[in-house]
Amino acid sequence: MESVYLLIPVSILLVFGIAIAFWWSVRSGQFDDLEGPGFRILMDDDAIESKSLPGDADKKDNA
Amino acid sequence: MSGTQTTYNDKVVRQFAVMTVIWGIVGMLVGVIIAAQLVWPELNIGPWLHFGRLRPLHTNAVIFAFGGCALFATSYWIVQRTCHTRLWGGPLIPFTFWGWQLVIVLAAITLPLGITSGKEYAELEWPIDILITLVWVSYAVVFIGTMAVRKVSHIYVANWFFAAFILAVALLHLGNSAALPVSLTKSYSAYAGVQDAMIQWWYGHNAVGFFLTAGFLGMMYYFVPKQAGRPVYSYRLSVVHFWALIFTYMWAGPHHLHYTALPDWTQSVGMVFSLILLAPSWGGMINGIMTLSGAWNKLRDDPILKFLITSLSFYGMSTFEGPMMSIKTVNALSHYTDWTVGHVHSGALGWVAMVSIGSIYYLLPRLFGKSEMYSTKLVTTHFWIATIGTVLYIASMWIAGVMQGLMWRAVNADGTLAYSFVEAVKGSYPFWAIRVLGGVLFLTGMLIMAYNMFKTMAGGKTQDAPVIAPVAHHA
Repeated sequence: MESVYLLIPVSILLVFGIAIAFWWSVRSGQFDDLEGPGFRILMDDDAIESKSLPGDADKKDNA
Repeated sequence: MSGTQTTYNDKVVRQFAVMTVIWGIVGMLVGVIIAAQLVWPELNIGPWLHFGRLRPLHTNAVIFAFGGCALFATSYWIVQRTCHTRLWGGPLIPFTFWGWQLVIVLAAITLPLGITSGKEYAELEWPIDILITLVWVSYAVVFIGTMAVRKVSHIYVANWFFAAFILAVALLHLGNSAALPVSLTKSYSAYAGVQDAMIQWWYGHNAVGFFLTAGFLGMMYYFVPKQAGRPVYSYRLSVVHFWALIFTYMWAGPHHLHYTALPDWTQSVGMVFSLILLAPSWGGMINGIMTLSGAWNKLRDDPILKFLITSLSFYGMSTFEGPMMSIKTVNALSHYTDWTVGHVHSGALGWVAMVSIGSIYYLLPRLFGKSEMYSTKLVTTHFWIATIGTVLYIASMWIAGVMQGLMWRAVNADGTLAYSFVEAVKGSYPFWAIRVLGGVLFLTGMLIMAYNMFKTMAGGKTQDAPVIAPVAHHA
């Protein structure tokens, strides 16, 4: 089972890599607000000519 | 809005979105052909159009051409919108498009010619593998580079999913495709025997996990809220979903090698990790579907939402079925039968294709300066045809698969096999015919989509949208 000598170190390295990414994202405040970002993507109205796209009826041009 | 604004790079999104539909038709057509070959073996014409050569062409075309183009299109759209910046990377951006198309064309030429490395979902020979690597590294540079120059501090969760998918696929491709070339068209894997099998399914299952799941979840976390006009049910859960999924995914591969020469403990590790995956998968599925909580009426007349929410239902179904099938005792029945094929297509047609189709329908009018698709009615028609096709496909494969498993294992009182192999083939026949019908329906839906797409594109102005300034936050 030589393949595990490759796959296990790769997995361990990977988990460390992911852990560092996670640590960075927590430290840099990525998860300080876990409500707002969900709303924020809805704020840029990308509909063209806002004629009648579903869900756009009550949206004003916010440019 | 001032006149001198930078715009989003929508050209590349437009290119990938159109090619998603084109390659979808090609890949699914090949799928229908090979399904028909199982019912009418006379359709195996010459060596080039034989099942054995067309089957890898089908899988490569639907996964990497159709799915790949959908991922490129949506990730490039989403990263620009959520980072409020133009795509970064200069000439690397068109290179990812043209390079990827070249990979697909080379695959379509070499696979029917029988040029293959013989590794499932990684059949392409080493020169094409090198081209894939160049395109993929460029994709990573463009995507992560764009995230790096973002104008908002928060990285929207969809981008995390896309970034993880891009990096993981790079690692998997490099690991699994390591090979010793002996000529331009032939190479031998750097691993041998069961080691090769283990590396292959480490790649194979993580390709499902990262190529066919993480990327499409990124799609889901953007387009479901956008189309529903409401934020994702729980943004907090989406972040937990992401980290849980990527911390636990990597070791599910051995479930493809139950009852083989792979050591027992490795098989068991694979099974346990596969079972663990049920939790993050269902967390994500519930999060997506519950986004519509309190607004279920939107499902009634919005076919794009129908596609997106149905895709999540199939995602939930296949991520329940998968862990169950990874249990060794269940696998003893299901392995090597059509049940596996059905399971794959419940994920591929029901989840991957439907979420892509819904997302592309969202993008097309916006990319071609229209307020909506040429015909919403045809989108609805497409939805029903695709859903019925998927259900016919997976139901027939369930029946055929369980029947095959039971017939293969049935023994007489004296210990001899109750059925010969060909009897199971004969029994499967009607279900293979039903599968062809399901496939034809799904393909018909794609043809309707292409018609609708070209009608939507006709006369549209294709100017890039200006970059929208981020809304002042910390409110």
